[in-house]
Order: sequence, then structure tokens, then C-alpha cells
Amino acid sequence: MSESLIKNHNERLKGLIRKRRFWNIFLSIGILLGLIFSSKIIDINASRLLSGLPRLGDYVAQILPSLETNSLFLDSKTEGSISYWYFNLPKYLHLLFETFNMALVATIIGSSIALFLSFFAAKNTAPNSLIYFITRRTLEFFRGVPEIIFAILFVWALGIGPIAGIIAMMLHTTGSLGKLFSEVHENSDVRPREALKASGGNWFSEMKFGLLPQVLPNLISYILLRFEINIRASTILGFVGAGGIGQELYLVINFNYYEEVSAIIFLIILTVISIDILSGYLRKNIIEAE
Amino acid sequence: MKSLRIKNLKKKFKNTIAVNGINIEIDEGKIIGIIGRSGAGKSTLLRMINRLVDPTEGSIEFDDIKVSSIKGRALRKWRSECAMIFQQFNLVERLDVLTNVLIGSLGRNYNLLNLFGIFSKEEKINALKNLDRFDLSGIALQKAGTLSGGQQQRVAIARALMQKPRILLADEPISSLDPKNAKRVMDDMLKINREDGITIICNLHSLEVAKKYCDRLIGLSDGKVVFDGNPEELTTEISKELYDLDNE
Repeated sequence: MSESLIKNHNERLKGLIRKRRFWNIFLSIGILLGLIFSSKIIDINASRLLSGLPRLGDYVAQILPSLETNSLFLDSKTEGSISYWYFNLPKYLHLLFETFNMALVATIIGSSIALFLSFFAAKNTAPNSLIYFITRRTLEFFRGVPEIIFAILFVWALGIGPIAGIIAMMLHTTGSLGKLFSEVHENSDVRPREALKASGGNWFSEMKFGLLPQVLPNLISYILLRFEINIRASTILGFVGAGGIGQELYLVINFNYYEEVSAIIFLIILTVISIDILSGYLRKNIIEAE
Repeated sequence: MKSLRIKNLKKKFKNTIAVNGINIEIDEGKIIGIIGRSGAGKSTLLRMINRLVDPTEGSIEFDDIKVSSIKGRALRKWRSECAMIFQQFNLVERLDVLTNVLIGSLGRNYNLLNLFGIFSKEEKINALKNLDRFDLSGIALQKAGTLSGGQQQRVAIARALMQKPRILLADEPISSLDPKNAKRVMDDMLKINREDGITIICNLHSLEVAKKYCDRLIGLSDGKVVFDGNPEELTTEISKELYDLDNE
């Protein structure tokens, strides 16, 4: 009795392993073929990469400042000092602040719209499937179009300046956070909402008391992450005239003000690092406080 | 005329018939126990009375309310008069106990300020009083998720009372509790039935508890009523049939 039981089980197990093995091999071959095929299309070849690399080094060497150890801390008139390298610091800081504000405004407005739309984009909270379908597709459009395209469009329509960048980032933030929020809603526990419904509460109170308290820590975490992303994005958007430090960076690159390029890039890296640390700290505290 | 009248009630899910033609009438002010094994249709029946589940056929009436066909505002009003508690308590675990109780008032007395978490002073006092009836006012500011199962279920009863209900539906209220907490919850339900005259319809797994607390028992099997009477009338034979003991 028990022998046949074990035998049957082993046979079933073997069948399962065979099936799994087939899929593993099939997938591996598929990925390998895809890799070869796509590298052919984009024309990767080793010799070009190798000959190009030194040129990369040339550019980096050119943009690095020529600092001298004995005049490092002298005033901005002396060549070789840090303040000579950063002679334009007040302007940079002002532009950096503008970039920061662009990201902040875009994140706040974008995530508010995303929160509103997310209720219509989640299967378990949407009033009906038509609204669900329309909202989902709208969100996909907003996040499917690259920010830079939106930025170019709005710079063209509204002129050069931060407003174009803010709207571009806001749209993209709405698209991606709306999707993430709606998926958080879909994973929420249905029981508190059921109780709200059973007590005669309307849709709004069901969302406010049955759903939001559960999902809020997750939403905040996503919003902070998006803020970090937007800080980086708003730098890039400056390249097409959407304001902030990126616009200045684009300028100094084009005019070959080599030392200024490195000065700005270092500042940006510093900012991104400090925002990362700060928002990581915030996220941890908010979620622990809950 | 009885106040709650259920006629030929049926509910079909995709492949199964959960409730298959139930006819019952229920007096106000009694405790009615619905007994039967899992899958007998007890939960579906209760959920249809509150309209969390819509019936496929038949009708439910309460006084002159056509419960089975109302919609929108009328439906929400009915739900607020017909409170419900659940096996898993269904509290909002991240909110404090007081807010959880206040939530019960939303169906009866809703205004826009509630959406910002603001409730009137009367409702707050009401909620505290309801908590105090079950010796829970001391934990009003604690998060609901930190309470024991027994406490959570009694908070759920306080929340139900906030609705000022005429009926309380209890769907397996003590199935996930230990015997001591189960007794406490049943005693509390008895208390609101005797003191406030609220009709209680209660799904129960345990025959013992059902016999002890209920004025009338309704036995379901395969979505049909197979017993309806006083607890004394329930013979061992019928209970064996109800719980399908012969087949085991």
C-alpha cells in the first residue's frame, strides 16, 4: 500500500520536474537568442567600444578642475582654488533651489491627482468597469509618454522656464503613482470595508475609513520615492529649456566651460545623495510611527 | 404580522446553490440562532438580509420595507438599521477604538466633516457610552489592531450599537475566540437584546451555545430549513442530521 503510494508520488514528481526542466531550457535559449539578436540590431562591437573609451577619459580629464594644493582655500580671484572653481556658486544654488522646488511642486500635485484617480483605477474600488478601463488607459498614457517629450511640448507651448518642467513631471508622476496606488488598493484587506458597507456607510466613508488607513503608509513611501526620482528628472528636463540647474548645465556643456560642467555635476550628485538619505530617513520614521 | 418576513429566498453562485428556497418569519426582540454545518448557507442567508449579497430569487421584507429590492439611499438606511458583526471582527486595525466605534454612526448620520475624521461631540459621547457598557472605555484611544480577539469583537458590538439598529446580524461571532471570550461576547449580545430589545440573528457553529442563548433555532442543511423551533425541541436525532454525523 505505502510502496505504491510512494511510487505514484515519485512518478508525479518526475513528470513535474520534466515539465519544469523543459520550460527552463526553453526560456534560457529564448533569452540567449534575444540577446544575440538585439546586440546585432544595436550594432555592439568590441573594437568600437575599446577605441571609444579613451575619448571618454579625455572629456572627464578636461572637465575636472585644475586645483592646486597650496592655493586650495584662497579667494575666487586665485586660479587653482576651490572658490575659483565655484565662482558661480550663488547662481548654482539659486538654480538648484529652483530644481528642488520644481520636483516638490510636481510631486505634491501629481500625487494628489494620482490618489484621486487611483480609486477609479483599482478593480475593487472602481464604481464600474467602464470607468476602470478609461482611468487605467489614461494613467498608462501619462506614464507611457517620456517626461522629456511632455517637457519639449510644454516648453514649445508655454515658453522656456520651470512651469513646463513642472507640468511634464506632474503628468508623469500622476501616471506612475496612480498605477502603483491602485495596486496597493487592490491588495488591501476587504474586511474593514465590508463592515463599513454593512453599516450603511457610503462609498466615500468606505474609502476614507475602510481603505485609506490601511494603505496610507505604502502611499507615503511611494510618494517619497517618486520625489527622489523627480529631483533627478527635473535636472534632465532643464536640458530642453524647462528651467532649473539642468538648463545651466546644458549651457555650460555647449559653450565648453569645462570646469563649470564638473562643478555643476558634483553639486547635483551631492543634492541627490542628500535627498536620498533624507527621504530614506523620513520613510523609515513614518512607517515605524504607524 | 411578524416584522421580518423571508419568502422563498434563493441564492445561486456560479456552480452552487447556497440558499435554496427559505421561508421564515421572525418576531422582534428575540434571539434567533441559525445552526448547521459549514456550507449550509448560514452566512449567505445573513448577508442577504443585510444585502451584502443580493438574492437570486425570493423576497425579504421588514415591516413595510422591501429589503430585497431597495437601492441607493434607502438601502444604506436599511443597512444602518440592520447592524452586522463578523467572524473576523472587521475593525479598522490602524485606527483607534473610539474612531472604530464612531464609524458605526456614518450610515445613520453622515456629514461631510466625517470625511476629515471629525465627529460631533454628541456622537463621541455616544460612542464612549457604548464602549463603557462593555467595560471598554479605558482602551478607547488604543489602536484596534492591538486588542485581543474578544475585545475586538466587543468593540464591534459597540460599533453596531452606534447604528441604533433594530436587528443585529452576527455571522459566526465567536468562532475565532477562546471559550472564555466567547462567553463574554455572547453575554454582551444577550445584554443588548434584553436591555435594548434589539432582535439578534446569530449564526452559530456550537449547538451548546445556541441552545443556551437562543429563543428559537433554525437549522439549515444544503440551503434549506430542516428545523425550526424552540431549543428544547431540538432532539439528538435532528442535530445529528444537521451536522451530518452519520456520514462520518
